[in-house]
Amino acid sequence: MPDITLDENTAATPDAAHPPEGVSRRGFIVQAALGAAGVCYAGAVAYPVYRYLAAPAQQAAELAAVKEVKIPEDKMPAPGTALMFRFGSRPTMLIHHKDGTMVCLTAVCTHLGCTVQYQPEQDHIHCACHGGTYDAHTGANISGPPPKPLQRFNVERANGEVLITRV
Amino acid sequence: MAKSSLPGFDAIPFGRLYDWLDERVGVKEVVEFAKKKVVPEHSQSFWYYWGGMSIFFFTVQLVSGILLLVYYRPGEGAYDSVRQLVYEIDFGWLIRSVHSWAANLMVFSVFVHMFSTFFMKAYRGPREFGWWSGLGLLGMVTLFGFSGYLLPMDELAFFATKVGLEIPKNMPGMRPLIENIVQGGPDVSSVTIQRFFALHVVILPLMFLPLLTFHLWMVMKHGNAVPQSEELKPASQRRTVPFFPNFFIKDLAMWLIALNVLAILAAMYPWPLGVQADPLASAPEGIHPEWYFMNQFELLKILGRILPGMAGEIGGVLMFTLGGVLWGLVPLFDTSSKFGSRARIATWFGFMVIASLIALTVLGYYEVVVTKS
Repeated sequence: MPDITLDENTAATPDAAHPPEGVSRRGFIVQAALGAAGVCYAGAVAYPVYRYLAAPAQQAAELAAVKEVKIPEDKMPAPGTALMFRFGSRPTMLIHHKDGTMVCLTAVCTHLGCTVQYQPEQDHIHCACHGGTYDAHTGANISGPPPKPLQRFNVERANGEVLITRV
Repeated sequence: MAKSSLPGFDAIPFGRLYDWLDERVGVKEVVEFAKKKVVPEHSQSFWYYWGGMSIFFFTVQLVSGILLLVYYRPGEGAYDSVRQLVYEIDFGWLIRSVHSWAANLMVFSVFVHMFSTFFMKAYRGPREFGWWSGLGLLGMVTLFGFSGYLLPMDELAFFATKVGLEIPKNMPGMRPLIENIVQGGPDVSSVTIQRFFALHVVILPLMFLPLLTFHLWMVMKHGNAVPQSEELKPASQRRTVPFFPNFFIKDLAMWLIALNVLAILAAMYPWPLGVQADPLASAPEGIHPEWYFMNQFELLKILGRILPGMAGEIGGVLMFTLGGVLWGLVPLFDTSSKFGSRARIATWFGFMVIASLIALTVLGYYEVVVTKS
């Protein structure tokens, strides 16, 4: 019976199963191990760095999770004007129409994120950056580049205060 | 006493200093190398000055930027520190004005340099890497401009950065990356200023300088390209001047002109500082980007009218990306040194690019004037 020895050369020796042009099993394992170690190191460095850089965005996301905002009586906008305030971290506008109705909309243009303005004379909402307009009662995009309507909020009036909540 | 090898300097101590230095650091090799460098002289030689001009403005940016660093504070107090610098520090307005004007002049001279390179077909082999490293530098110059624009945090800076970052956010998968890493939150804030500050004063210069060195090495190695009219002439009819000192002196003269233009602009038209950015304030009427972003701005506006929703933005970004890729690949496409059909296509492509950039810019400014009135 021929003596089979499994020494270090066995794996590297070309035979029928491992043609010489291919990578030997030993070589493949070494390369795979090195590759895996490299990926582990890269991940171990990149993950904390990513989290470190993304921390303010995460904190802002937590801040944005607020459920409601109360507008006190003395801050209430006069009829025909709008109040700008923050709902979480987003600029938001409370429009007090001349007919007495109140509409609350996000004040960030759905096109490229500029802060929009309420124009009482035309009774619409306008964005100066690229000329988009929205309906001041519904927030629907009327003209210009905005692809979507402005997001609406619920408005409840009680005891002189206004309570703004998500729809 | 050993005779100095620098002619004319035998009698003075400078000659001995030269020899002493040469023995230790090899000055002679550098001088010999510089003496051998020649610059072609012909009717189009004027365009050779614009690379050096760009370097001049870059040097001005380094010096004025370091001076601004003395008083500028990134973060919450950014606007206040620029306001103090402009209104309370002696000549603070001038240093800032020089930095802003030189930035614009640098972008301008970089563009002239690029287009003259393009039409001289200086991107052809073996100079492909000169073209590619130049495009890399141009990309970094735009990033320098974009990141520096936010730092004063006035109204214009705030909205320009907001719009500039919002456009790539609409590309698939880019929003979390930009909000988490570049912007540091859902909105442009003091966190963004801090990041852009790091980019503007550390990361970009650190990348820019080695690439600029490589770019200059390419010029040293291959020399200046000549226009085709010169290429067709026999070697005996082509004229050259030594780089040192002949061309170098002319370079210096051009730099002096550039310095004068810069001084006049910076002193006569001080760069304005707008009102402090307020995320709750609406974007001001007639807001528009700097002149070198005006063409992209106008194209997006036009596409926005034709295409529904965000398709206009995505289409615009795709068009600019495609145009940029074609622009970069031109050395591989237009390789012939004769007036072949490909060479003519490349030239027409260049003319088309210039014409559309100018047309979009003019239209953009026209529309801004119309909206304001």
